[in-house]
Amino acid sequence: MHTAYDMLTGPCAWTAFILFFGGCLYRLIKMLWLVWKKERFIFSYMSLRYSLRSLVHWMVPFMAVNWRRQPVLTIATFAFHLCLILTPLFVSAHIILWEEAWQFSWWMLPDGLADAMTMVVIVCAGYFFIRRLVSPEVRYVTGPSDWIILSIVAAPFISGFLAYHQWFAYRFFTMFHIFSGEVMLVAIPFTRLSHMIISPFTRAYMGSEFGKIRHARDW
Amino acid sequence: MGHPDTWDWENGDRQIAFGEWKKKFRWVEEPYASPDGEKIAAIVNVDEGEFNVCVNGETDETSHDKIWYLRFSPDNRLTTLVSDMGEWTVAVDNVSWGHQFGYVWNTMFSDDGSHIAVAVQQDMTYGIAVDGILWANTYPNMTYFTFGRDGGHSAAVVQVEDFDSGDIETFKKGAFTAAFDGQAWDKRFVNLWHLSISDDGKDLAAEARLSLYDYAIIVNGIPWEKTYDCVWQPVFNPATNTVAAPVRTGGRWFMAQDGGILWDRPYTQLWHQQFSADGNTLAAIAATGFGKWTVVVDNRPWPVTFEDLITDMVLTPGGDRIAVLVKEKGKWRIVVDGTRWSNAFDMAWKPVFSPDGQHVAANVEKNGSYTYVLDDRLWPCECEAAWPPVFSSMGDKILLKYIHDGIYHRRVVPLADFSS
Amino acid sequence: MGEAAKGETKITDQGLDGGVGRLDESRIREVINTVLKNETGARLKTYVETCIHCGLCSEACHYYLSNDKDPAFSPVGKVKRTLWEMLKRKGKVTPAFIREAAVVAHTECNLCKRCAQYCPFGIDIAYLMSVVRRIVHRLGCTPLYIQDTANSHSVHMNQMWVKGDEWPDTLQWQEEEAQAEIPALRIPLEKEGADIMYSVIAPEPKFQAQLIYQAAVIMDVAGVNWTMPASMGWDNSDMAMFTGDNELMGRLKRTHFETAARLKVKKIIMGECGHAFRSVYDTGNRWLGWRVPPFQIVHAIEFYYDLIKSGRIKIKTKYPHAVTLHDPCNVSRGAGLHDKARFVAKAVAAEFVEMEPNREHNYCCAAGGGAINCGPPYKMKRLQGNKVKAEQLFAAKTRGAGVLIAPCHNCHSGLHDILHHYGIGLDIKFLGDIIYEVMEKPA
Repeated sequence: MHTAYDMLTGPCAWTAFILFFGGCLYRLIKMLWLVWKKERFIFSYMSLRYSLRSLVHWMVPFMAVNWRRQPVLTIATFAFHLCLILTPLFVSAHIILWEEAWQFSWWMLPDGLADAMTMVVIVCAGYFFIRRLVSPEVRYVTGPSDWIILSIVAAPFISGFLAYHQWFAYRFFTMFHIFSGEVMLVAIPFTRLSHMIISPFTRAYMGSEFGKIRHARDW
Repeated sequence: MGHPDTWDWENGDRQIAFGEWKKKFRWVEEPYASPDGEKIAAIVNVDEGEFNVCVNGETDETSHDKIWYLRFSPDNRLTTLVSDMGEWTVAVDNVSWGHQFGYVWNTMFSDDGSHIAVAVQQDMTYGIAVDGILWANTYPNMTYFTFGRDGGHSAAVVQVEDFDSGDIETFKKGAFTAAFDGQAWDKRFVNLWHLSISDDGKDLAAEARLSLYDYAIIVNGIPWEKTYDCVWQPVFNPATNTVAAPVRTGGRWFMAQDGGILWDRPYTQLWHQQFSADGNTLAAIAATGFGKWTVVVDNRPWPVTFEDLITDMVLTPGGDRIAVLVKEKGKWRIVVDGTRWSNAFDMAWKPVFSPDGQHVAANVEKNGSYTYVLDDRLWPCECEAAWPPVFSSMGDKILLKYIHDGIYHRRVVPLADFSS
Repeated sequence: MGEAAKGETKITDQGLDGGVGRLDESRIREVINTVLKNETGARLKTYVETCIHCGLCSEACHYYLSNDKDPAFSPVGKVKRTLWEMLKRKGKVTPAFIREAAVVAHTECNLCKRCAQYCPFGIDIAYLMSVVRRIVHRLGCTPLYIQDTANSHSVHMNQMWVKGDEWPDTLQWQEEEAQAEIPALRIPLEKEGADIMYSVIAPEPKFQAQLIYQAAVIMDVAGVNWTMPASMGWDNSDMAMFTGDNELMGRLKRTHFETAARLKVKKIIMGECGHAFRSVYDTGNRWLGWRVPPFQIVHAIEFYYDLIKSGRIKIKTKYPHAVTLHDPCNVSRGAGLHDKARFVAKAVAAEFVEMEPNREHNYCCAAGGGAINCGPPYKMKRLQGNKVKAEQLFAAKTRGAGVLIAPCHNCHSGLHDILHHYGIGLDIKFLGDIIYEVMEKPA
């Protein structure tokens, strides 16, 4: 058991982090290279001002028309993504691990809050799950890959939540939590979870086109 | 151009009171000056439905129901398109061609002006009339009319298969071809566009679409072996009669010649290629990148690029100097051999080289009035109109034709005195 | 194969059926993969790999909203029915699939880009549909009517088979007509060095010559130094842009721009047409290598705005009806002219009733993007596909509007059909119609 744990927190973790950071970098470089090679005109339309204008309007809840049209989804989306990113970065258990490994640490979330944020992610994932099932326009475009990536994202939070509360099979869930977290990290650059790194660019491009050429709002 | 040698090159300024014409007529349309500057003419409305042409203040004894497209031929003859009783013809120095037609438009001249051609619609068929004589064959449709430089030949794209609107199948099989002096090629094409007649008048080249996707260059009815994603107008080398055309392949443009690639460097855009008169130089307007326009001479781009537009490229006969008009940030400039002139204009007309290629001049618009520029020096005059300057064959004088304070001036100025 | 939308019946279309009949799967595979490999790049790849299938684009689409929220009509649903399958199967799709893809891309999407405003990632589904149209074009399966229009473009550089003599003849006829009202009025043909070139779309000389008449009166009264070409290049329209025939689009726009260059004008003013504006202002120029068009492009809305704002056109008596304004996608979402359009509408009409939603969020007319040009076979589909527009118009009428202003030709025709089909009872006008009616003219 310890060997497996050491594997997961040692070589596997390293591999996951390398693949995550390396993969993200690869995806970004590849995207920019492809623009350079085949759609170089895009660069000449990019505008920092209009990119930021667009990004701000979409990154603030209810600032875009479509966010206002879908209040429940908007709350779920923002809560989900916010907690999804902040919880693993600031949860005490992670920070302690990093401190043990690399002797550095930073501000941590109170455990109760981190627990609540984990629950937010799980509940929101549940909401997305149900939405994919019951909402016809989402169900229509939902395929196996959508279920898989939702599972990949939900798994570390569900397992982390169970491990934290130690209700049952603590060791298993701890290991599974680490494993699923690593899977998620690796999946980000290589699946449609890459929207985490790519979507600011698509948004910025659309914002630039709308701002600079179309003189219209894209939100 | 006619023969400037025979023109009056005495220094001085001859004047015609153009502004007064407005008092004599209901309205005076845009005036035109003859190349030699001896005449200024405008279509004038005499009364309701009654038009005339006023030349140097005199009208013709015959008015017409309608007159349009007043243009001087290179040999200084006045041409107009005139209509009487619903029929149209060409009037040359106020003398109408013998034949009347259903409609005439797009007057064309040979280089020396001795021949005049016009597109004609007669009984809903189309052809070209040269010096008043319509092609023996006319066609149900005609586009892209072309007139040879020596005036001996004319050509156009014509429709040779009937099809109704909506018949995309017949269209796809090819319903168009070129008519050379009225005689149609045998082969049919989906589309033919700009035609070029060789300087010796024997050959005809065209850009074509063989299907909805395959483009080709056609010479005398025969396509080059290779097809392309797109092509632009081919031109003949005046010395060798080879044909050069920009062709698009793989999303980039290349210069091709007689079916092979001549310029291997790819361009974002490539067009308006022109051979020098001796055939030794080939230059073109090109974009070396998105929004980066320049001039390419024998596959070597100028080291400068411009964002908006390049137009009106002129080569000296030996091709050693090139001038173009460039539009940058809404202003027009003259660029010679890659060097921008310091003056910027609201508008500029095609640059003119002196016969020895040492000087460049153009008529330009600046601050809402018109004037001239010679070697980047401005003529100090705020004119209401100005027509293209002409250099004397010795290159020591320049003929300026302009309207100032309502007076038309024909002025011969030694180059040395230009700025004074 | 992608699932078809519910309740769709197969519409006979010679362009599609004839084209599909000539296809085999190897040719389809070759064309799809060639287009995807050679002609697409980061945008297509990124859009497809980033889309999280959230369905948030759905409510942007008038087809989706009007077809009882049938998900097959949602923007992402249409991508699923076309490009996803082509990508997933690496081009191994059937002729029947291509037919369906052509129907989806041409008659169920107006390329209005409203969905780009609703997608959190800014994915440009109109672009993806354009790629489908490009593939369909390369396979020779474009709907008949719009293909015929593109054919006209290819022969005459105008969309209505207007021949070389018919164009100047029509202008001279309209000049003569207008001289009955203003004796010294001119439509100056081929006037080199005029300030502006006025360009229109071919339906104007073909069917709506009074629009040229009205424009001439407006120009004359405003004292504009203008011209119209007597040669090709007068027509600014561009159905090739919508059939995916990019090479032809480039040829059309080159002709248009070079006509302006030949005439030595400073700007091009266009009549009330949206798609032509998109083509000249944003699309055709790019294919030719121009980052921005080589001439300033002014849509009629902006032109009227300038004339009224500067007092060159004065309003004699305001139009005595309450008007509402349809914001055409291509000049509103495409160029932000919605506030100028409001200024003009309010300046000329006694009362202005706002439509909801409006400005760049307005619903498309469902005629644009080449849809109305696919012709009568798809008319009912187009009308049923824009019930939501009918409701929007009816709501404006309920709030008092009597006249609908549609400053775009395609919108105008599409909305005309909607008004009749749904019996809404609004009159429809161009801005120019009203300006001509209410402006001060010489006695």
